[in-house]
Amino acid sequence: MSMLRAIFSHSSGRIGGTIVVIYVIVALLGMSGITPHNPLQQFRIDRLHAPNAAYWMGTDLFGRDVASRLMNGIGQSFLVAFCSVALATLAGTVLGLTAAWFGKAWDGLVMRIMDVLLAFPAILLALLIIAVVGPGTWTSVAAIAIVYTPIFTRVVRGPALSIKAREFVDAARTFGSSRRYILTRHLLLNLVAPLTVQVTLALAWSLLTEAGLSFLGLGTQPPASSLGLMLADSRNLMENAPWLLIFPAVAIMISILGFNLLGDALRDILDPKTRRSAP
Amino acid sequence: MTSLLSVSGLRVGFGRDPKQNEIVKGVSFDLDAGETLAIVGESGSGKSVTALSINRLVDFGGGRIIGGSITLKRADGRVLDITGAQEPVLEKIRGSEIGMIFQEPMTSLNPVLTIGRQIEESFRLHRGLTGRQATAAAKDALDRVRIPDAARRLKYTPNQLSGGMLQRVMIAMALACNPRLLIADEPTTALDVTVQAQIMALLGELKRETDMGMIFITHDIGLVAGIADKVMVMQAGEAVEQGPLGDVLDQPKHPYTQHLLSAVPHFESGRAARSDFSRTQSEAIAPALTVDGLTVRFKVAGSILTRSPGSVHAVENVGFDLMPGETLAIVGESGSGKSTTARAILGLVKPTRGSFSANNGTIVDGSDPSVQMVFQNPYASLNPRLRIDSILAEPVIAAGSRIDTGTREKMVALLKRVGLPENSLLRYPHEFSGGQRQRLCIARALMLNPSIVVLDEAVSALDVSVQAKVLELLVDLQHEYGLAYLFVSHDMAVVERIAHRIAVLYAGQIVEIGNAASVLSNPRHSYTKRLISAVPSIERRNQHFELDTRQVPSLVRPPGFEPPPAEWQAYGPDHRARAEA
Repeated sequence: MSMLRAIFSHSSGRIGGTIVVIYVIVALLGMSGITPHNPLQQFRIDRLHAPNAAYWMGTDLFGRDVASRLMNGIGQSFLVAFCSVALATLAGTVLGLTAAWFGKAWDGLVMRIMDVLLAFPAILLALLIIAVVGPGTWTSVAAIAIVYTPIFTRVVRGPALSIKAREFVDAARTFGSSRRYILTRHLLLNLVAPLTVQVTLALAWSLLTEAGLSFLGLGTQPPASSLGLMLADSRNLMENAPWLLIFPAVAIMISILGFNLLGDALRDILDPKTRRSAP
Repeated sequence: MTSLLSVSGLRVGFGRDPKQNEIVKGVSFDLDAGETLAIVGESGSGKSVTALSINRLVDFGGGRIIGGSITLKRADGRVLDITGAQEPVLEKIRGSEIGMIFQEPMTSLNPVLTIGRQIEESFRLHRGLTGRQATAAAKDALDRVRIPDAARRLKYTPNQLSGGMLQRVMIAMALACNPRLLIADEPTTALDVTVQAQIMALLGELKRETDMGMIFITHDIGLVAGIADKVMVMQAGEAVEQGPLGDVLDQPKHPYTQHLLSAVPHFESGRAARSDFSRTQSEAIAPALTVDGLTVRFKVAGSILTRSPGSVHAVENVGFDLMPGETLAIVGESGSGKSTTARAILGLVKPTRGSFSANNGTIVDGSDPSVQMVFQNPYASLNPRLRIDSILAEPVIAAGSRIDTGTREKMVALLKRVGLPENSLLRYPHEFSGGQRQRLCIARALMLNPSIVVLDEAVSALDVSVQAKVLELLVDLQHEYGLAYLFVSHDMAVVERIAHRIAVLYAGQIVEIGNAASVLSNPRHSYTKRLISAVPSIERRNQHFELDTRQVPSLVRPPGFEPPPAEWQAYGPDHRARAEA
């Protein structure tokens, strides 16, 4: 509760938090089918209709309601982003913690693999994985998770190494505390702050990556909608029906802005060094 | 005649509203050339802020002078009002007229530049010297602070020099332009006692040579006796007492000064040693802990092409025993292997050789609940994210027991015993002060009813008056539970208060061991003598510390090296020292 209050008393946290909350509500509505129209229904007579009272954001080439498709698409994009970031966080935390704790050969092996993964540009690596496995919603989840795992591994391993050398970990070892206890209560608990910030920022990047993959036709497959797919469909109609381009593009932009603002606010709130100066 | 420096009614505040947040509340003093003023106080008393105001460095830390005046008589006889001076004037004053030495020599120097470059800089800035002239001046500066082989050391980077050497470099830099006032802010707190004695001797000598005024800030009232002419005692931003050295130390008027003088453990050459335990009575009892032939070596890593040059012999063939209810103090300087010994007994470091056995004859390994440890830094040894009840529960969980009402009762009882309120259980470590945290650590160590507690510099990080109270608590607990303490410390005054026996460690080996009173009053080994003569004490007034530039020998030995067996010489029933060549 105090966390929520802190976010909403932070100037950029207030804006970012509000944006993210609105998006999550829209995504939930979109996924549960509570939309102005059925996102798949084709209103043949109203094809490429400009925004009006009936179709708030106009219709596309097949006469489908853009607003409904957008809500559904946001839901789809968020589903992919949340699932992939959750997977990446889990994998990265486990790999980073064990690398820091066991050190030596295991640390070397894990970190070199992570270096190799980091050497590829994110979208290229995701493309490579999808090219091997084949396109689809869940393949893109897996691909994005693999792309962002190295970042979490690094974010966890660095602080974990320094916490491992702190005296309270030595103290725990003198009591004979189990490895699991030390790793969870002493290391992981002290990593919550950097992880929270990283998760928020990673959500923004994975939204962007998902949009990129769908734009290239390798993410979510039609007829389901996603933000990237809607952009791709609008490409040839840009001059005739600009609303097809503008609404999904703005939706992507504002969502990433929201997550970044929230991430910055969390960083200010959770970092003890800036805590006092945070307004 | 006006004095060199005159401060009157100085008030300094911090933050957005400095008047609301006053740290220094009206401090006045005068200082003449060739005179030393010691400012004594505990952390947070405003002593450093006062000193930083004199060269206005306080401005950079967010402080503002909100009242009073500071006037400095400059070299040409003019009087400068520092409180009203502009930054360009102050830049000229700093370094050339007011030099400053800080507490941490390791962090005050830039690690990537050679010390030569860094000393030359002040000559370049203040005297306009360049090239060879500057280098020659830097070499002279190092010679002046008695650094042997100065020309070669100019090319060293800070990591190649020891803490004492670096502090000398800092002094050389501060003195580069012959300042007429030197401010030393706890210059020896981070250093070992013998090194501290050397630095104090150096400062004394330089002061006599150059006739400069000195302001010496310290929390250690024992150190004051050796160097100061005048003393000012500060508490909560106010100067509660000031006067000539003798008056303040012998007839303290203010209760806080009296408190400081009585609370601080003063070194009394063994006269204050504890006499509540005697080995002869307990001859029949088996020792609580026996350490035999403990050796710890760390292999020095070679590069890809070269073989390992050998190993660091951190602890070499250390052996002792510890009776129930007895305190054995392990004293030595940094790098002597005293902490490594403690950590090896707790299984935090793997010994190369040697064995430990507890009273029941079992071999002690890492997680034996009968051996517990209290660490040096109470700020780092408690997990900041765990509540106190979780912290106290940890040893119990680790021992495989469940947390039931009995455990909770024990927590409450122990907290009460160490002098903490009952509601502490539901709070987090950051809500406690340093002394309270160390009490928490002691309570945590007692959760499993240990027979041996290893105290690794357990009071070193605390303020002096808090130190005394924690030591008292430790003695009481020892009587109550019959605990055996292994007390690792570098502070001889503290050791005198708590130890029954003392083992002196030098370069990884025990050089002298025996009854505390006997070792402290009648040291036999040359290193013990040196160590004890370096300890500052109230009784050692205006002492001329002898300058000694010996360095601790390197502990790196070639592979397969085995030291010759030690020869011991007995001095009395429980006092022996290593024979010296």
